[in-house]
Amino acid sequence: MSLMMPKAEQEILDRRGELVERLRAILPEDNVIEDEAARRAYECDALTMYRQLPLVVALPETVEQVSQIMALADEMKVKVVPRGGGTSLSGGSLPLEDGILLAMGKFNRVLEVDYENRCARVQPGVTNLAITKAVEHKGFYYAPDPSSQIACSIGGNVGENAGGVHCLKYGLTTNNLLGLEVVLMGGEVVRLGGKHLDSEAYDLIGIMTGSEGLLGVITEVTVRILQKPEVVRGLLLGFPTVEDGGNCVADVIAAGIIPGGMEMMDNASIRAAENFQPCNYPVDAASLVIVELDGTTAEVDHLIARVSEIAKAHNASDIRVSQSESERQQFWAGRKNAFPAVGAIGPDYLCMDGTIPRKELVGVLKRMDELAEKHGLRVANVFHAGDGNLHPLILYDAAIPGDIEKAEAFGADILKLCVEVGGVLTGEHGVGVEKRDLMGEMFSETDLKQQQRLKCAFDPNHRLNPGKVFPTLHRCAELGHVHVHRGQVPFPHLPRF
Amino acid sequence: MSATDFKTDVLAPTTEDELVGVVEAAIANRAPLHVTGAGSKRAYGHDVAADRALSTLGLAGVSLYEAAELVMTAGAGTPVRDVLNLLDQQGQQLAFDPVDPAALYGGEPLSGTIGGVFATNLSGSRRLTAGAARDHLLGFRAVSGRGDVFKSGGRVMKNVTGYDLSKLVTGSHGTLAVLSEVTFKVLPKPDTERTLVMSGDGAAASLAALRKASGSPFDASCLAYLPAAEASAFGLPSAVAVFRLEGPEVSVLSRRDSVADMLAGAARSFDTLDEPASQALWAKVRDGVPVAAADLAVWRISTAPTAALDVVSRIAASGTEIAAHFYDWAGGLIWLGLPEQQPAADAVRSAVGAHGGHATLVRAPSDVRANVPVFEPQPKPLAALNARVKEAFDPFHILNPGRVVPRS
Repeated sequence: MSLMMPKAEQEILDRRGELVERLRAILPEDNVIEDEAARRAYECDALTMYRQLPLVVALPETVEQVSQIMALADEMKVKVVPRGGGTSLSGGSLPLEDGILLAMGKFNRVLEVDYENRCARVQPGVTNLAITKAVEHKGFYYAPDPSSQIACSIGGNVGENAGGVHCLKYGLTTNNLLGLEVVLMGGEVVRLGGKHLDSEAYDLIGIMTGSEGLLGVITEVTVRILQKPEVVRGLLLGFPTVEDGGNCVADVIAAGIIPGGMEMMDNASIRAAENFQPCNYPVDAASLVIVELDGTTAEVDHLIARVSEIAKAHNASDIRVSQSESERQQFWAGRKNAFPAVGAIGPDYLCMDGTIPRKELVGVLKRMDELAEKHGLRVANVFHAGDGNLHPLILYDAAIPGDIEKAEAFGADILKLCVEVGGVLTGEHGVGVEKRDLMGEMFSETDLKQQQRLKCAFDPNHRLNPGKVFPTLHRCAELGHVHVHRGQVPFPHLPRF
Repeated sequence: MSATDFKTDVLAPTTEDELVGVVEAAIANRAPLHVTGAGSKRAYGHDVAADRALSTLGLAGVSLYEAAELVMTAGAGTPVRDVLNLLDQQGQQLAFDPVDPAALYGGEPLSGTIGGVFATNLSGSRRLTAGAARDHLLGFRAVSGRGDVFKSGGRVMKNVTGYDLSKLVTGSHGTLAVLSEVTFKVLPKPDTERTLVMSGDGAAASLAALRKASGSPFDASCLAYLPAAEASAFGLPSAVAVFRLEGPEVSVLSRRDSVADMLAGAARSFDTLDEPASQALWAKVRDGVPVAAADLAVWRISTAPTAALDVVSRIAASGTEIAAHFYDWAGGLIWLGLPEQQPAADAVRSAVGAHGGHATLVRAPSDVRANVPVFEPQPKPLAALNARVKEAFDPFHILNPGRVVPRS
């Protein structure tokens, strides 16, 4: 792999035997994985182009064990990479050659459901979907729904601030948390929040969320649960141009409507989905928009009429309104299959994750076509249209020498384009290793150093998941230096009251 | 209170460069700054011992407002009033409904700055369902206590690029960095609203009704309970549970009926406030008007909704005189008015501690605040972690020292 990771420390590699032995003193025999073949199962996450065998895999079952492992790692100066479901698309849990892979899969219990306070306390290895499964018999659900929800863990969702198709109305992970328990580097256990709202001091739950495993190990999560809406219905809208589809999306929002979900696909994705599994999509449409509206019956009926009018005004060639739950599911089927569908024509694909101001969509898609030509690769687009989160799927063939590099270069160009038009590198997949070296496109060195100073407050020796997120590692002592431009007096010309 | 009321020298840089200059000079002289906007919430938190105040009022103006993209960017010193006026023209709002500090601290209505709104994270009644200020800040620019200009986040709704420092600066009371510019999510105003008023039941049953409604699909955006004395201030004849329903009219009316049907009971009677009356009621609930009488110390307590009644009972059982109180956020927020010289911090905090949550003394005379921690004291490991976070941004302790954690 072309990716540069922090150089493995020979001293740590030499002490592997001692580390394994001491881990075995903390954990049951089977929970320390030393054997190479068994470690192989952990060599990558869902960003499979990068692989690395971990030094050793530890599978703790209790908070106390996590705390002891973190204390041991601190004492032996060993790095730690936390891992949940292993579904990261940005390589967030890519192992290190000289690091412990801390796999949290055994933390798989729902600890408490408190319907009256509308929250659930769960262990971090519980899957996203399992939370909804645990509460749906009472009509509740957990709102963020990343497409990997069957497999991804809630601990990983917190680490990555996972999103999904319902973010615009219901928020990302960060907007749906009440409490966390975190084990810090060194083994200290802290509890943040609880069943109440808002933080009493600095919003450390907010900063842990999306910190990509660089600040602490999450051992418990309290999430908010919501009552399912009375009615959910979908509209499937086909448009003759991308502009028409984009304008329809903009006008829906401008009309004061915040749909539960609003997704857009370009013609390449529409065709790929239809070929993969017929879902009755309009294959000649240049863009397809799926709008999901939820609420009470009266409200949803009212909004469906309004959205249909807006679609008509933007030349919609196809307007279908779901008449049953199965029809609504069918509207979504093609969108939900979009990734495997594109994979089927690939044979490989790289999924990008930029966010752009919505109004830039048409221009960005045009420029993306030009980039596709430049790099000699094809691209299909699916788009969380409501919130501007774009997922270009770059098609390549790993069997062709040089194709991976071409795909990486194309991907980097796309993300640079997103930043150029006022967007960001990643909307929901995280920086990880994948976008690490592009951070400079969005942030100045000063911005990045300030972020790393925050890291130093949690992990002064950079032992927790190093090599992720930041392109350059600065020692904390170095970051503490201050350069003051001496001799500058308070500005005499400032207005004073 | 406006910036002119500061007894100290007030510096008001008009550019980010000037702001850097002020902070650098403060570092060079090790002279702390009282970081502020318009000073509308100056009495919130501990008094800052600083010879100079640094106001963001000179950094004002909306530089980007794209209604269809639901986003606005403004200088930190932009008056809240200006922000709300602009949004109103496009039928939009700040969904978290920031508390207007005028009721608590005096001064002109809406005289604060948008930077101050985020720096204090004081969100209103809709916080329960729409999120807090912290959920709406998308990005910012600021100057750290090291004199560095830095930015975080962006202008798009969905962004996980780097640490989410927007969460950290929101509610940090100017102790980490001086905000120079904020970018935030704005949302459409609902077409209309009504408030369902339920009377005839006691506190326990009424609070249970709030919880039941908030766990129903009928989507009440704000849920509060006002005891009889506090309700009378609104011209309501008895203790009431109030449910705010917002959205398209057809939906509002049907959901109002659904909530009333769901909660119907022999002793209960229901009434409806029309749109203007509903808006007026919730503005007062948001701002804590029922407990804001001049001679009271005011607490805001955040706890689990089911704990609300017991927290208040415990405080009362300690012998503390509760002059006024009411519940917002379906019980999750308790507003408490106590005699201003006797804020009973120990009783309040031990009652909250029994259930989990935090109590903030949002208003008390300066001499009282000098002796009572305004914000919930942290257990040791967390206090140490918070202190290290502060150190990462403001190693010289020049930004609002002692504002949140009193100097020992």
